[in-house]
Amino acid sequence: MDRYILSVLVENRAGVLSRVSGLFSRRSYNIDSLSVSETEDPEISRMTIAVRGDQYIFDQVRKQLNKLIDVIKITELKPDRSVYRELALVKVNAAPENRSAIGETAEIFRGKIVDVASETLTVEITGDVDKITAFIELMKPYGIKEMARTGLTALERGNNTIS
Amino acid sequence: MKGAQAIVRCLEEENIKVVFGYPGATIVPLYEALRTSDIKHVLVRQEQAAAHSANGYARVSGTTGVCIGTSGPGATNLVTGIATAYMDSIPMVIITGQVNSAVIGRDVFQEIDITGATEPFVKHSYLLKDAEQIPGTLREAFHIAGTGRPGPVLVDVPVDIQKQDIDFHYPEKVVIRGYKPTYNGHAGQITRIIRKLKSSRKPLVCAGGGILSADAVCELRLFAEKAGIPVVHTMMGIGALAADHPLYLGMVGSHGHPCANRAVSQSDLLVVIGARIGDRATGGKEVFAENAEIIHIDIDPAEIGKNIKPIIPIVGDAKIIIRQLADKIQPLETNGWLEQLHTPQNKKHTAPKSKKGTVNPAYAIQLLGSMVDDEAIVLADVGQNQIWAARNFELTGSRKFLTSGGLGTMGYSLPAAVGAKAGAAGKTVISVVGDGGFQMSLGELGTISQQNIKIFILLFNNNRLGMVREIQDKTYSRTYGVDLDGNPDFLKLAEAYGFKGIRVACNDDLEAAFTEALNCHETFLVECMVDPEERTL
Repeated sequence: MDRYILSVLVENRAGVLSRVSGLFSRRSYNIDSLSVSETEDPEISRMTIAVRGDQYIFDQVRKQLNKLIDVIKITELKPDRSVYRELALVKVNAAPENRSAIGETAEIFRGKIVDVASETLTVEITGDVDKITAFIELMKPYGIKEMARTGLTALERGNNTIS
Repeated sequence: MKGAQAIVRCLEEENIKVVFGYPGATIVPLYEALRTSDIKHVLVRQEQAAAHSANGYARVSGTTGVCIGTSGPGATNLVTGIATAYMDSIPMVIITGQVNSAVIGRDVFQEIDITGATEPFVKHSYLLKDAEQIPGTLREAFHIAGTGRPGPVLVDVPVDIQKQDIDFHYPEKVVIRGYKPTYNGHAGQITRIIRKLKSSRKPLVCAGGGILSADAVCELRLFAEKAGIPVVHTMMGIGALAADHPLYLGMVGSHGHPCANRAVSQSDLLVVIGARIGDRATGGKEVFAENAEIIHIDIDPAEIGKNIKPIIPIVGDAKIIIRQLADKIQPLETNGWLEQLHTPQNKKHTAPKSKKGTVNPAYAIQLLGSMVDDEAIVLADVGQNQIWAARNFELTGSRKFLTSGGLGTMGYSLPAAVGAKAGAAGKTVISVVGDGGFQMSLGELGTISQQNIKIFILLFNNNRLGMVREIQDKTYSRTYGVDLDGNPDFLKLAEAYGFKGIRVACNDDLEAAFTEALNCHETFLVECMVDPEERTL
C-alpha cells in the first residue's frame, strides 16, 4: 500500500467537506489525513488529502473526486517535487528534572515551547510526518498528556501553481 | 415575485410541462404558484412514486424529469426513487420543501437533512439560503442533471424562502468551474481505436444505457453496419440496436442470452460503449471477455478502469464518438466471425408446455411482443418478471424498455409507467409486474385512475417473491419469508379503481386476453397465473 498526496481545490461552500469525506467512506478508501483551509482566493479552499492504497484506488479516488461538482482541480503532489508539512502541539509531562532535556530535544527539532505550566510543557513542532513522528517517540518516555496534529498540508515546489 | 413563483418560472424556462409530486406544509407556497401556472401536476400516492414517475417521464421524453415533495417524511420517501435514478443515470431535478430557514438544525416538526441523506446518490444538491439564489440554482440544477452523465439533482427550499420577494432574472449561461463534461472524443484515441479495429478478427460492440441517454441509437446502427461489427447489450442498453437487426446478438450478463455471452467470450476486441459493465453484466469479473482486448467509451471518466481495464479508453459523448468512428472506419473483414456467431443454437425457444392452471411467462412476453406496435413502451419491475421481460420482449422499431437496472427497485414499474404515459400520451405503455412489486406501488392505481390514463398492466402472479424463492432454493434447499399468502383478488382490486381485467391460466388464452387489453381504451389488468416453481432462466 502506497501513500499518495492529493492537493484538491474546492469551492469554499457549506457541505463540501462532507461530500469529500463521505466519498471516502462510502467507497471504502482509506484516508490518512485531510486538512482544509482557505486559499489566496477566499472563494476557494484547498484540501490536502493523504490516501493509502494501490494505483487502482488512487486512480479511482482522483476520478471520483473529480466528479464532485464542487471540486475544481486535483493535483498529485509527488514527494520529490513537493513540500509536505504538518504541525503538532504536544503537551508532555515535565517534572523539574526533565524540563531542560525536553527543551533541548525540542530545540534540536526546531520546536518551540509555547506553554509552560506547573506539571507540563507544550511544544509546537513543524515538519514532515517522519520528523514529527520521531519527536513524538522521543517525548513518549516523559509521558504525553495530550496531542493535536493538523494533518498534512503541502505545496508543489518551484514557480508552478495548481490554481 | 415570490420565491415560489420564481421556481415555477424556472420550470417554465426549462420547458417543463409536467411535474410529479405530493404536497405538504413546507411546500405549500410552491403548490400555490403551480396552481396558477400551465404546468401539469400529477399527484402520486406516495413520494417514491413521484420520483419513479419523473424517471419514466425523463426516459421516454428525453428531457429532465421533475418531482416535488415536502420536508421530512416527504423527502425521505423520495430517497429510493432518487437512488434509482442515480444508479441508472436518469436526468431528474427533485425539489423538496424544507422547514423555515431560521429553525433549521433544531429538529422541528418534519425537519430532516435531506441534502445530507441523499449525498451519496445525487449528482449534486443544494440547500437554498436566500430566494435570490433560486434562478441561478435551478438553472445550474437542470444543467447538471441533463448534461454529461445525467443524474438526479436535489434542490431543498426552506418554506420562508418560497415566500420571500425577489427580482426574477433567469441566467442565460451557466458557468461552473468544477463541472466541464467532455463531449468530443480525443482525436488520437479515435485513430488508435480505428487501427485496433482494423487488426481485429472478432470485434464486438457491447452497448449500454449510455447509447440511449446520448440518443445514439441511429449512430450505433450506422457504425455497426458500416464496419460489420455485431452488437450485444446490457440490460440498460436494451433498445440500443433493434432486435431484428442482422448484427444483433442479444443481452449479456448473468441473466443474458447465451449467444451474447458466448460472443463476448470469443471476441478478440470488445468495444464497450456507455456501459459500466457492472457485476450483473459480467456474471463474474474474471471470466468476462477473457480473449478480448477492451476499448471503453464513456462520458464519465470514473467509469473507465473501474470495473474493466481497457487498452484504449476514450471519454466523451457516445453519439459524437460513434460518429467520429463511423467517419473513419472502413468495412472490416468479419464475415467469418459473423457466420460463427449465427449458429442455430442462437435461435429462440417457442412456447414450451406449462403446468395446468398456469402460463409460461417467457412465452407470454414473446407473444405480447408479436402483438404490440413498434412504438410500444414496456416497463419491467424487478425480480423474475424483469428477466422474463428483458430476455423475451423484442425491441424493434422505436420500442422502449424501461427498468430499474442498477438499484433493482421493486415497485418501479407502475409509477414509472405513469411517467412514461405522461411523456408519450399516444403510445402503448405496458407495465410488467410481479405480485410482489405490484403491491409495493398499488396506490398508484389511484393516480392512474385520477389521471384517466391507459396503462396495460401485465401481472405475473406466482403468489410469492419468485426470484428470492429461487435463490433460497438453490442455496438452502428451502424457502422462508417469500410466500405472499394474503394476496388480494387483483381483478377485484382493479375493479375497485374502475379498471377492467382478466385472469389467464393457460397459454392458449393469452392472445385473446392481450387483444382485449390492447383494444381497451382504459387501464386494463391482465393477471397471468404463474407456476411458483417457474425458473427465471
